[in-house]
Amino acid sequence: MIYFIDIMLIALSAALINNFVLYYFVGICPFVGVSRKVEMALGMGFAVTFVISIAAFLSWSITTMVLIPGAPVSSFIAGFFLPAEAAANIDLTILCYIVYIFSIASSVQFVEMYVRKFFPILYRSFGVFLPLITTNCAILFACLTIMSHVVGVDNPEDAWDLGRAIALAFFGGIGFTIAIVIMSGIREELELCDVPEPFRDAAITLVIGGILAIAFMGFTGVDSGIRKAVMPKPEIQAADSQLNADAFVYVDMKGQEGRVRIP
Amino acid sequence: MADLPTATERFIQGILPENPVYRQMLGLCPTLAVTNGMKPALTMACSVAFVLLCANIVISLIRNLLKPHLRIVVFTLTIATFVTIADRFLAAYLFQMSKTLGPYIPLIIVNCLIICRCEVCASKQSVFTASADAMGQALGFGLALSSIAAVREILGTGMFFGIRVLPEAWPDWVIMVLPPGAFLTLGLLLGLVNWLGMIKARRAGNDA
Repeated sequence: MIYFIDIMLIALSAALINNFVLYYFVGICPFVGVSRKVEMALGMGFAVTFVISIAAFLSWSITTMVLIPGAPVSSFIAGFFLPAEAAANIDLTILCYIVYIFSIASSVQFVEMYVRKFFPILYRSFGVFLPLITTNCAILFACLTIMSHVVGVDNPEDAWDLGRAIALAFFGGIGFTIAIVIMSGIREELELCDVPEPFRDAAITLVIGGILAIAFMGFTGVDSGIRKAVMPKPEIQAADSQLNADAFVYVDMKGQEGRVRIP
Repeated sequence: MADLPTATERFIQGILPENPVYRQMLGLCPTLAVTNGMKPALTMACSVAFVLLCANIVISLIRNLLKPHLRIVVFTLTIATFVTIADRFLAAYLFQMSKTLGPYIPLIIVNCLIICRCEVCASKQSVFTASADAMGQALGFGLALSSIAAVREILGTGMFFGIRVLPEAWPDWVIMVLPPGAFLTLGLLLGLVNWLGMIKARRAGNDA
């Protein structure tokens, strides 16, 4: 039950609260470049979601099996060359960026072959965009976030499992799709407006993106609010008894308390 | 095949006429993400300069060995190596800044700017020209980042490089250091640069 809530909160956070485009600024190039027509934006969003899920699966697997200290596959192979002590602690995390880029490039290749075979019309309408997804920051960003929750944690118990990793990646892609579709809808309407010439195309898109980002800021704190509402009550009551009357207490994703004074 | 620009031309072009952020619209992810203060912006600009220079030199040295259909993979792997070096260097010597910049240093790997320079210049021209191009583009990138960071930091916190420049009574426009402020600042500055370019072009058209 707690696991399901955790997954749901990760999903909500990745899709809406910490939206990949409007909060973390990854995937800006397609956001500004591809978002002219809604169908195009939808197609791009789904392609990115698909690729990001595959890439996250690959990078989580490789990170846990090969890269982290004491990983099974690398210790097994190192066992042939190094003494047992050194082999059990072998740490390949320095290679993580190179490995992630490889896994992303191969995911894109795989998706391209699949789309070309089964959806040829969609493939032709994509043109150059599909290979361009390789350099989409959003995918590498998802892999890096997963890495920070697997490699960067102090307590091995807190390391993310595959379910959380895929949830983050998939719903991050969904959030990207939401943002890019909203932007494309707005831009379609903008075709009929009289935008001042210096602002046409890119600058006005960024200003609109800023206003969208302000709108999405309204989601801040939803995940900690939900977490507070569903956490076992004794923890919250203990926290409540310590707080000032006019401070708002929340418990964030890591289970730490924070206090915000609302003026 | 037309003559490719010389080293000095590449250098001068990279600063303003072919500015990576304002003209080519490349590398927008770090531009928006790290410009909420001058210090992170300059650290990012230096890291990008390092990676761009090294990647350009290496690609230029091996340019005759590149197979056309594998070149993007080669570029990306070279860049990934130098980004790993830069990331570990920052984590070792500038740990606080490395924490502030977070995942945006590894994201230099997929920065369109560097791959574009490798594709357009380094894979076709000599080491000297490639380095001049890298330095020009890096200067342009640094200028762009600084301009945005200056606006965001001064309006958002009243400080510039940590030194207070606006009076204490200034109500900090906190939105400037938050994500929406990045979009708005870049959009408005881009409009401003386009407008100045249009005036210049109109004046040149009137004189001709």
